[in-house]
Amino acid sequence: MSANDAVVSARGISKTFGKAGVTALQDIELDVGQGEFISLIGPSGCGKSTLLRVIGDLVEPSSGDILVNGKTARRARLDRDYGMVFQAAVLYDWRTVAKNIALPLELMGFDRSMRAARVRELMHLVELEGFDKHYPWQLSGGMQQRVAIARALSFSPALLLMDEPFGALDEMTRERMNLELLRIWSEIGSTVIFVTHSISEAVFLSTRVVVMSARPGRITSIVPIDLPHPRTFETREDPRFFELVTEVREALHASGADAVEPDA
Amino acid sequence: MSTVAQPLVERRGAQRVRTWVPALAVFGIGLAAWQWLLPALGIERYLLPPLSDVLQAFWDNRSELLRGGWITFKEAAGGFVLGCSVAFVLALVLARWRPLGSALMPYMIAANAVPIVAFAPITNAWFGTLSPWSKIVIAALLCFFPVLVNTLRGLTSVRPESLELMRSYAAPQRVVYRRVRIPNSLPFVFSALKIASVLAMIGAVVGDYFGGSTEALGVQIVSAVSLAQYETAWAAILVASLLGIAFYAVVALAERLVLSWHPSIRAGVE
Amino acid sequence: MRSRIGSAAVRAATLLLVLAGLWALWEGYRKLWESTGWTRPFPVNATTLPHLHDIVGALFDPIREGEPLLARYMIDAALFTAKEAAVGFAIGATVGFLLGALIARFGVLQRGVMPYVVASQTIPILALAPIVVVGLGSVSIAGWTPKDWMRVSVIAAYLTFFPVTVNTVRGLRSADPAAVELMQSYAAREWSVFWKLRVPAAMPYLFSAFKVAATASVVGAVIGELPSSIQDGLGGWIINFNQYYALEPENLWAVNLVAAALGISFFLVVVLVEKLVVHRPPERLV
Repeated sequence: MSANDAVVSARGISKTFGKAGVTALQDIELDVGQGEFISLIGPSGCGKSTLLRVIGDLVEPSSGDILVNGKTARRARLDRDYGMVFQAAVLYDWRTVAKNIALPLELMGFDRSMRAARVRELMHLVELEGFDKHYPWQLSGGMQQRVAIARALSFSPALLLMDEPFGALDEMTRERMNLELLRIWSEIGSTVIFVTHSISEAVFLSTRVVVMSARPGRITSIVPIDLPHPRTFETREDPRFFELVTEVREALHASGADAVEPDA
Repeated sequence: MSTVAQPLVERRGAQRVRTWVPALAVFGIGLAAWQWLLPALGIERYLLPPLSDVLQAFWDNRSELLRGGWITFKEAAGGFVLGCSVAFVLALVLARWRPLGSALMPYMIAANAVPIVAFAPITNAWFGTLSPWSKIVIAALLCFFPVLVNTLRGLTSVRPESLELMRSYAAPQRVVYRRVRIPNSLPFVFSALKIASVLAMIGAVVGDYFGGSTEALGVQIVSAVSLAQYETAWAAILVASLLGIAFYAVVALAERLVLSWHPSIRAGVE
Repeated sequence: MRSRIGSAAVRAATLLLVLAGLWALWEGYRKLWESTGWTRPFPVNATTLPHLHDIVGALFDPIREGEPLLARYMIDAALFTAKEAAVGFAIGATVGFLLGALIARFGVLQRGVMPYVVASQTIPILALAPIVVVGLGSVSIAGWTPKDWMRVSVIAAYLTFFPVTVNTVRGLRSADPAAVELMQSYAAREWSVFWKLRVPAAMPYLFSAFKVAATASVVGAVIGELPSSIQDGLGGWIINFNQYYALEPENLWAVNLVAAALGISFFLVVVLVEKLVVHRPPERLV
């Protein structure tokens, strides 16, 4: 696809931190098309979270260009083109679930009735109806993440950036949330860039898996996932699923071996 | 190896200077303003005499002021020791019998809101206006509730996992206290002791406002004010402040020594 | 709903038990010391330790023949002192919050000003009370001299100001960095971040300071009244009854009771407002 069609287009993105010169990212080239579900996976220190933050204009790259929705990352952020979900739900303890979801809408100046309507839609979407007056600490981890997702989607962004959102959940809740996320994604049709540590999660969710290596952070390979949609619990037992998991695992090991250097 | 250590030390030194320079600058400006700006603005001698006058008054009355300071300090220290020790013991008892402790906690917090200094005339009636005990009791009462509440909080806000570990060792209660609860409570205790040190000093000085030995600092302040000798009053207050700061500093130093392992001390936080 | 009524009943029962327990301790101590004649720490008699019922009874005695009950005067005095404390608290809290917000926002102020804000907590402000209250009596700003009670409010304001400033700074800075990052991702204006994130995050700290300050304002108001011969407040009555202690000890105790009630009510008001405003997971003691 040409750079013009891509939702995210990164060219030569590099990032070094601090005087010690830690190279978090080196020469990242990536195109993400409309409606794709991209996972970034790699060992600790491979820069996947940093890359996500560069896309979100929360971190400035040391060099390189990035276009989000055809604009600079900064413009995209100011235009609120993307929603973000972290590993910690980062909900406000002092706001009810409904008010937490409405937060971005408040900031963007939507009036009360519009906000109320949108919140109702979203709570239906993430299947949390009835919990609008609850406070975050009254909800389980999985429910809190659903609130965080609803909040990120509240202003219907074209792009969703997710940084290990299910990392703190147990495996069963995680698998359920994966299905939830795919359902929401198919209903909304946005583009998702998803950072994860889990190979099976990456394969299950994505249209393409981007494998990264550490020291320095680079993209070593991109594995297209040709599993059919809609994906279900059965997909995880499909032989093709295991093949793809193995493929990703081998790509990770290959990049991991490259990254190991003898001590200086 | 050495090339890594050195820049760190240098950076710390430079950082320290950078942190203190603004404060020193403000201090210097403040002193200068006190000495020259305030009289120039026509602020009455009543409110804030020029620093030189206050220092002069201090020098002129130094023996009475220092003697008064010592007396007041002894009263404050006595009250501090009395109030804090009773509070510790009671906190240990209440922690041991949890239902009693939880039930009484709101009352102890509320009791802290009572203006104890208003009680001074009564302690004067008990022990005699001139007796140091009337002020010691006031200081002790002021220290008592903050230390009690905070110590109890510290003894009981232990992570459940630590207690479970102790249960798995079949450790008796006194071991649990020695190894888990009391160490856990120390940051809370010292935080309360710092507050108490200030309160004890204030209690000893202000208790004298209701009457006390003519040598006591508080009495000197009030009589100086009644004679419109504001420079002397400020000098006495200066002595009281310095004693209060010194008392606080001693407790803070003790905290630093005892809690050297605690993250807030290691990070160099106030 | 049932559990709320249930817990309210439990709390009422605890209150009665505590009061009964205090009464028992008081009268028990009296009985024991009177019968044994011990003089340590102090001799116990009707003057040094009146019966509790005598103290409470004193409130419902007329102050002089044909005059209203003592309680009436006490309530007026308490309200007068309360006014001084409340005005002082309001001013101190507002100024403290504003200064705290500025310090939190501008790092340079932190290094230059904060050490003094913290150190000043060790200055015995109450010791300054005589000077401030008497001294301000001779100050006139554009021909207006502050009334007696306003000068006392200054003390209360001063005592409120410092804890509120320190805790405002701590509280505004306590916002989760991830939450701040999220705000950035919303391209939120700094004003929005302040009011929608930092201020709510600061609320527990603020109320912690308010609780300390509410108590301190009452103490400051009472002490402030002493040297300035203000008759209308509780401080004035304390001095009054101190003089006549030997004759009618119950009165001084009664004033203390009223002063204690005033301090506790201020505190409870803050606790109540906190319950309404702050929604946080409850504290758990193990």
